[in-house]
Amino acid sequence: MDLNFLYEALLTIIPGIPLTLKLAGSSVGLGLFIALPLALMRLSGVAALDWIARAYTFVFRSTPLLVQIFIIYYGLGQFREIRSSLLWPILRDPYWCAIIALTLNTAAYASEIIRGGLTSVAAGQIEAARAVGMNRLTAFRRIIVPQAVRQALPAYGNELILMVKATSLASIITMLEVTGLAAKMISETYRAIEVFIVAGSVYLVINFVLTRLLKLAEAHLNPHTRPHLDAVPGATR
Amino acid sequence: MSSTEPAVSLKGLRKRFGALEVLKGIDFSAREGEVVSILGSSGSGKSTMLRCINMLETPSAGEVAIGGETIRLVPSRDGLKPADRTQVDRLRSSIGMVFQSFNLWSHMTVIENVMEAPIHVQKRPRPECIAEAEAILDKVGIADKRNHYPAHLSGGQQQRAAIARALAQRPKLMLFDEPTSALDPELVGEVLRVMRALAEEGRTMLVVTHEMGFARDVSNRVVFLDKGVIEAEGTPAELFDGPRSDRFHQFLANT
Repeated sequence: MDLNFLYEALLTIIPGIPLTLKLAGSSVGLGLFIALPLALMRLSGVAALDWIARAYTFVFRSTPLLVQIFIIYYGLGQFREIRSSLLWPILRDPYWCAIIALTLNTAAYASEIIRGGLTSVAAGQIEAARAVGMNRLTAFRRIIVPQAVRQALPAYGNELILMVKATSLASIITMLEVTGLAAKMISETYRAIEVFIVAGSVYLVINFVLTRLLKLAEAHLNPHTRPHLDAVPGATR
Repeated sequence: MSSTEPAVSLKGLRKRFGALEVLKGIDFSAREGEVVSILGSSGSGKSTMLRCINMLETPSAGEVAIGGETIRLVPSRDGLKPADRTQVDRLRSSIGMVFQSFNLWSHMTVIENVMEAPIHVQKRPRPECIAEAEAILDKVGIADKRNHYPAHLSGGQQQRAAIARALAQRPKLMLFDEPTSALDPELVGEVLRVMRALAEEGRTMLVVTHEMGFARDVSNRVVFLDKGVIEAEGTPAELFDGPRSDRFHQFLANT
């Protein structure tokens, strides 16, 4: 291995990290705003809303993200109406196309994770909330959401990790994030193995930090699953 | 609540689940300060009757009044539904309910469970709620477990925490739905002792139970439900020692 070259590759790729994080962060954040209504639609008991949310989830989970990116980036521009619409400045920009595709995609997965979390709350605890006189909103806020978040966090953490990796697909539509910079460097140096090893390591480090953060969040949110101090022999307060 | 009004009254209460009619016309009322045990074999409708009082089940027909205030019901697809949810929520906040399976909120400590309704439903000042919650936990004998999560308590302690949660509502009426049925036999006593103490304070309590000792010694009145109707009703002495209906006799023989 040529350590100097590896170092050079690292220096070339590091500037791509902010874009990778921006793509992942924006789409995950925006995705939540779509995912929560979708999950509530699934649970609404209203057939039409349920059906729309199901159809959305089915389409976006059952087609490859790469194909979704292609359709949004290359496909939409085929329509004259879109090219002449107010949205065109956004839809012609590969950055926004990547964000839109990643957002729509993660929303489908996250809505199922949220739905799973919401339905995991024991019916008896919701009934107890109603019995003390909580209205629906208070019961949702005080009893259902806190437990749903705890329940959904491990699965959602998985989704976050997948999203960090999924941003690499944005390189296909000219985004110079980590993978994009790696591919560019390879086309200039023809040294694929070294460069991709460095690029892979960068994702590894990002996700290592992410999993640590998730673990901290989980421990913080779940004091009731830790053994109580009184139950641990020898523990002191 | 005016003292002349019954704490609860049910008129012609019916409840149907699909083709199955569980309650077939219940007329019942309880005075303030009365402790009523509701007995009956499983499927007799006793839990459903209790749950209709705070609208956890909505009746298919009939009338429910709490402290003289009739719950307004309007027709719905499968019977009736509350006309005004805020009325139901308001009445519920004055009714404490204790469930068979405790139903403590698992993400909150014992004292957080107890303070939740006073703070977030009744909107009472927090310091007052804390002081009162501590006093109540002391009263039910689990003050030392105040910062524990429900999962770390025994069944008996969980049920006492649930009773504390109901007491913190300053309830005018307490509903107990088989409060000892999910407990190991050696833990039943500690819960019954707490309930007996509450009865002695003069609280209005409706208790669905299989504990004949409690029904006989603690309650002022016993109601025996069979197949969705009140088959027998009276003081414990009348019901247990007087001439019994065949069905009640059979029920006692089986328990």
